[in-house]
Amino acid sequence: MDNLHSLMIVLPEVSLAALGLLLLLVGLVNRSNTTHVVSALTVLSFIITAATLISPHRLSFLMGGTAPVFAFGTMFVDDTLARFIKLLILAASALSVFLSGGYLENHKIARPEYPVLILFATLGMMLMVSASDMIALYVGLELQSLALYVLAAFQRDDAKSSESGLKYFVLGALSSGLLLYGISLLYGYAGTTDFVKLSFVFKDAAPHTIGLTIGLVFVTAALAFKVSAVPFHMWTPDVYEGAPTPVAAFFASAPKMAALVLFLRLLREPFMPLAMEWQQIVVFIAVASMLLGSFAGLAQKSVKRLMAYSSIANVGYALSALAIMNKDGLSAMLIYLAIYFVNTLGAFGVIISLRKQGQQVEAIEDFAGIAKKNPLLALAMTVFMFSLAGVPPLAGFFGKYFIFLAAVKAGMVPLAVIAVVTSVVAAFYYLRLIKVMYFDESKQIIDACPCFGVRATVTLAALYMIIFTVWPQPIIDGAIAAISGFIRG
Amino acid sequence: MPNWPILSVITFLPLVGALLIMLCVRGEGKLQEKAAQQIALWVSLATFVISLLTLKYFDPANTGFQLVENLVWIPAYKIAYIKGVDGISVWFVIISTFLTPICVLSAIGGVHKRVKEFMIALLLLESMMVGVFTSLDFVLFYLFFEGILIPMFLIIGIWGGEKRTYAAYKFFLYTFLGSVLMLVAIFAMVQHVGTTDMRAMIGAGFPKEMAVWLWLAFFASFAVKTPMWPFHTWLPYAHVEAPTAGSVILAGVLLKMGGYGFIRIAVQMLPEASVKFAPLVIGLSLIAIIYTSLVALAQSDMKKLIAYSSVAHMGYVTLGIFSFNQPGLDGAMMVMLSHTFVSAALFLCVGVVYDRLHTRDIARYGGMAHNMPKYALVFMLFMLASVGLPGTSGFVGEFLSMQGAYLANSWYAFIAATGVVLGAAYMLWLYRRLFYGDLTKDDVRAMPDLNAREYAMFLPLLALVLWIGIYPAPFRNVFAPTAEKILSDTLKLAGGSHG
Repeated sequence: MDNLHSLMIVLPEVSLAALGLLLLLVGLVNRSNTTHVVSALTVLSFIITAATLISPHRLSFLMGGTAPVFAFGTMFVDDTLARFIKLLILAASALSVFLSGGYLENHKIARPEYPVLILFATLGMMLMVSASDMIALYVGLELQSLALYVLAAFQRDDAKSSESGLKYFVLGALSSGLLLYGISLLYGYAGTTDFVKLSFVFKDAAPHTIGLTIGLVFVTAALAFKVSAVPFHMWTPDVYEGAPTPVAAFFASAPKMAALVLFLRLLREPFMPLAMEWQQIVVFIAVASMLLGSFAGLAQKSVKRLMAYSSIANVGYALSALAIMNKDGLSAMLIYLAIYFVNTLGAFGVIISLRKQGQQVEAIEDFAGIAKKNPLLALAMTVFMFSLAGVPPLAGFFGKYFIFLAAVKAGMVPLAVIAVVTSVVAAFYYLRLIKVMYFDESKQIIDACPCFGVRATVTLAALYMIIFTVWPQPIIDGAIAAISGFIRG
Repeated sequence: MPNWPILSVITFLPLVGALLIMLCVRGEGKLQEKAAQQIALWVSLATFVISLLTLKYFDPANTGFQLVENLVWIPAYKIAYIKGVDGISVWFVIISTFLTPICVLSAIGGVHKRVKEFMIALLLLESMMVGVFTSLDFVLFYLFFEGILIPMFLIIGIWGGEKRTYAAYKFFLYTFLGSVLMLVAIFAMVQHVGTTDMRAMIGAGFPKEMAVWLWLAFFASFAVKTPMWPFHTWLPYAHVEAPTAGSVILAGVLLKMGGYGFIRIAVQMLPEASVKFAPLVIGLSLIAIIYTSLVALAQSDMKKLIAYSSVAHMGYVTLGIFSFNQPGLDGAMMVMLSHTFVSAALFLCVGVVYDRLHTRDIARYGGMAHNMPKYALVFMLFMLASVGLPGTSGFVGEFLSMQGAYLANSWYAFIAATGVVLGAAYMLWLYRRLFYGDLTKDDVRAMPDLNAREYAMFLPLLALVLWIGIYPAPFRNVFAPTAEKILSDTLKLAGGSHG
């Protein structure tokens, strides 16, 4: 495989990296209004990358069709799954940049580094979902994580933000350590870090080589930390609460998708022969996440913590889809992610827009009566909450529908029953926000920020929740095609 | 057959109306409120008129689904947009479109805050109700069935009484829990049959053991919705706290979704399990009839009393359906039709005095026959219809339902008939406390009699109640052939040992 071919495969990542470096320079040169310019250019970079990713020229040059193509030996893979999820990640990152503008200015932390950090985190995620080797996986994951640590602590004069960054860093480093230890165990017993070769080793190895099993458990635990699944979720509420709100929105969307797809690839490719071993682990963390995310959310007073628990519960649903591991389950998971990230970004958008005397609104109580003065924002939030609760006819219902259907189809009826019951429990706290907005009287003046980016994002997201019901075909067909290309035969 | 999609039009016309209000009526103020009310009224009236055309195109002799529309929706999962009506559902469509304009009229007098939003919610609700009764695809059906919770939750929670938050939550979570269990059952059925087309589910035949679980899951949903004792506890709260228009829709249409679900899904798709569980359902129905009638006797709140009487009436519905004979099923349908008009009218009657005096406490009233004679007359007619006096709609249904119960087991009919006596007791006593005696309270004395808007609400209801009572044949003829077919299919599939 020649280098040109390899370069063509990683062209989107290379161009994104180059653009990121360029943007760092732009941030230095231009003095006035820099952040705006860099933010806009960042979004433009995402668009360029997405265009490169799916450009017919590149795809026809690769001649892979729906088959996966490898670059640099077998370090890096480009297949339908990677392309689909990269598009979602780029969209989520672009929306996150949109959401940030007004907030950063309001808190006087508008710096050009911010969008660039998001850009590099995105680059890390793109590497993660395309990794086909443990080393490449680790490099991608760390690139993403390092950018995210800084983003969490971006409001550096604020003790909470710094604390959140530090907490995330310490725990994140610990999980990276676990991951590396797991990888080294796997390498020690299997003699390779290549996904494809690993799967051959696992197929041939005696099924219960204890070292391999321990390595598998370490890697799974580290990834469970990254997707914030129970029992590795403790950092999530604190980090979401402390981090600047748009950063929390970003955390809840793009990195979640990247880590879940990485998880998917790892379980489905090298670890597939060990399905008996890991399936019970995944089912357990899925059920635990759904239960904890739904019940612990009930007691929250801060809306950001509420969203954190909501994201834990939602990861639980996605993991149930992962545990099913057949085509139905996996395409259901992709559909779910495609709906969930818009839903959660929209909800965060509403949270970002609300201000009380120039300060961000954080307590659920502060939402009281906003329906009177900001009817459209309240309506949008209602749409997001009902959708997160999985109430039809909104998009969130379909996300859950396909997962539960796949679970029943695969004979995992108890999993489906737990999932639907926890979604009723979670509905309670989603309804609470609606109740506070509409049923309670407002005690203080809450303004909505006039920021264009936030408004546009919220409006688009709310429309998406409704339009999906009428015309769901592009997303569903895309997800099914992505999985069919990934699992051949 | 018309060459235009009539069912989709009546499903989505109210939605268009809601969007129209949302987009065109901007700002606050009396003028905007008026505009919203007018749009809602005319859109719902137009929907009603168009829905009457379904009766014109509908052929009662044809027992299959008619006016069927079939469009591609989510082909990857074999989910399609299928609509159609049969003899059973066509009536439910009409009652939904019939009650909505009446609710709008009632809300014009009774709702004074966020008028625009209320009208939007009401029209959304209408869209969803019609959607439920016309959907022939399980996902589409579930979409509307669950979607109703959104506007209803908001109607109770925003425009309700003092304990509205509690009532709204209880309503939402109860029904949501029931429905998600149904959702799991739907998955299992879809998995077994390979399509979400409800027509394919009817007669598909499910393995015995699976059918039992499926039936229980659907039972959980419909028993909450109907509601059946002991799953009825959300209903008194929801009714009491909801604004009048909300109560009317709740009692008039939403409860019927339970009965409709029992016929369409439990009986038609799972006949064997339905026959097997019939004693359970009949037992619960009889308990409901006696128990809730006794509870109704003890109420001091008008709306609560009527709410409990609704539970008792729905007991006759489930009793009739699960007697598995012709009079029983006909009776269940007639009780549902009659209860729609009568309970809607009774809630509107409560609304009339509530709008004037702002209390539902029975003891606060008394002697109204003196100063509001017309109101007293209207209330009496509906009260007697609720009791089941011959010549009113209530009699036809209860008589048939009890006849069906008698054919199944004479003791069933004995207990059910005791309920009728109790029903007469609480309703007549309510009437005595409200209208007779001396007119001692000044504020009661000051209340004016019915106005033109209120006449416009009551007269169509009154006409229907008497029409069904005196000459029910035109109503029964529409659903009778279908009901007969459903019954014979069910008994054939269930082994024919019953009936």
